[in-house]
Amino acid sequence: MAEAIKCATREAYGKALVELGEQNDKILVLDADLAAATKTGMFKKAFPERFIDVGIAESNLMGVAAGLAATGHIVFASSFAMFAAGRAFEQVRNSIGYTHLNVKIGATHAGISVGEDGASHQCCEDIALMRSIPGMVVLNPADDIEARACVFAAAEHDGPVYMRFGRLAVPRVFDENYKFEIGKGAVLREGTDVTIVATGLMVNEALMAAETLQNEGVSARVVNMATIKPIDRDILIDSAKKTGALVTAEEHSVLGGLGGAVTEVICETVPVPVLRVGVEDVFGKSGPAVELLHIYGLDAAHIAEKAKQAVALKG
Amino acid sequence: MEQATKKALQIFATKARMGVLDGVYHAKAGHPGGSLSICDVLSYLYNIRMHVDPKNPKASDRDRLVLSKGHAAPALYAALALKGFFPVEDLKTLRKADSYLQGHPNMDKVPGVDMSTGSLGQGISAAVGMALGAKLDKAGYRVYAILGDGELQEGQVWEAAMFAGNHKLSNLTAVIDNNNLQIDGTMDEVNAPYPIAEKFRAFNWNTVEIDGHDFDAIESAFAAADACKDKPTAIVMKTIKGKGVSYMENAVGWHGSAPNTEQYEQAMSELNAALAELEA
Repeated sequence: MAEAIKCATREAYGKALVELGEQNDKILVLDADLAAATKTGMFKKAFPERFIDVGIAESNLMGVAAGLAATGHIVFASSFAMFAAGRAFEQVRNSIGYTHLNVKIGATHAGISVGEDGASHQCCEDIALMRSIPGMVVLNPADDIEARACVFAAAEHDGPVYMRFGRLAVPRVFDENYKFEIGKGAVLREGTDVTIVATGLMVNEALMAAETLQNEGVSARVVNMATIKPIDRDILIDSAKKTGALVTAEEHSVLGGLGGAVTEVICETVPVPVLRVGVEDVFGKSGPAVELLHIYGLDAAHIAEKAKQAVALKG
Repeated sequence: MEQATKKALQIFATKARMGVLDGVYHAKAGHPGGSLSICDVLSYLYNIRMHVDPKNPKASDRDRLVLSKGHAAPALYAALALKGFFPVEDLKTLRKADSYLQGHPNMDKVPGVDMSTGSLGQGISAAVGMALGAKLDKAGYRVYAILGDGELQEGQVWEAAMFAGNHKLSNLTAVIDNNNLQIDGTMDEVNAPYPIAEKFRAFNWNTVEIDGHDFDAIESAFAAADACKDKPTAIVMKTIKGKGVSYMENAVGWHGSAPNTEQYEQAMSELNAALAELEA
């Protein structure tokens, strides 16, 4: 399934914005002095009159985005996840979430894979923060194909959306015929012993883990959960019933992200063992992105290990 | 300004103050002081300056008002009710669990409210976004924002001010309600933002400083804002917190507390006397 093509989801975000801009003149794109890095610079080049740089002021970024949305525009507001979800959390909550305005937050450089910039920029808390806001849709695509689909779905959706993109070029998981729907998970591989529910760049790792597990006699189902909120309860309940154990995998803190969302559903419906792969309750550090992913256990080997532990916990 | 017009504005403002008192008294909570200080400017804006239609509160070409100092919601609601956006009688339901009149403005629930506010510093950014939206759409409407002087302590206000000045948002007017009091004391006792007008000028704004209870001054200030074609305007308005209710005037304790029955009756009797004099 995985091909040799590698692309960062932020790159796909920038390209998708240009495509959207060609189709809809109500699309505005805002950035906070990071257009080259978030890739909104592509939109700036194509549609300079519909691109607004507010400068290094993320609180105002979210407020201006809300005001523009209140005048009928579809606004994409971009910064790094650390600043979009972290620094501007309360502006997102009150000016965008509470108002249910049509602002789409494109947060790039999420997670440990920011790499060398280190802990100050490695946001592993954004999913937890954003999914706590009523009515906020939270999307975390696995590859460039899904990232593009998320951008188009966000533009169609009436209300606020948080999209999480990465800096690191990641392997393509899906093909051009891929169909994405907000709120729907997808079974990428069938299995009977355990389900790996993965999101973002961990989807590819989950597929590799399933391959390893198969060689060791463990049949793992793999579910791609690009929408963290609203979470696809049906696919989780179905997975719990059919496989009896789950492992979540995300490039995010094990607290409050996908792991939190999945355990909330499973504990209240079909209580089966759920183990979580993610960044443990620690800050990151500087280093090459791929090396860091291994150091923090965000890889296929760790997922496979957790999957076996989950199977062992089954009653 | 003609005497008859001025009198009509004063009557509206006095009735708005009664609406403020009705709201916070029946809610047993709310912010009367900073609501009473902006009733005059709201009277002017809603009766003279703003193009709004109570029958079509979401009209796309309407002027917008963002109450960035959202805790003054009782004054905004009173002005909207008096303009016919919803029944004046509803003001007594302020802050009740079954009422649409939330403690702080909510754009989805209250007709005529253009932005949900309450968390200080955020409204001005939204107003800046609306003004920019109007410019991008080549629409003619204007955007007004009302800020507290204490609110100027929020850093986001200056992020928004820098942006508005740089983008020459001449369709944006910010009114600063300079009543000199905030919850913890006077501006000087807490963290004074003075000089206010100079700060806005430094951010490339046009500024006007007026007495916020003088309708002639208010009118000339907004006319100056209209006349300025290349900058946003900040109207720094000297006001009296608690204006119109003797025991609340310039008293810091009335920022966020409601009057008891005796105090409410005294306030209403003062405002009724003022109204009778105006209507005589």
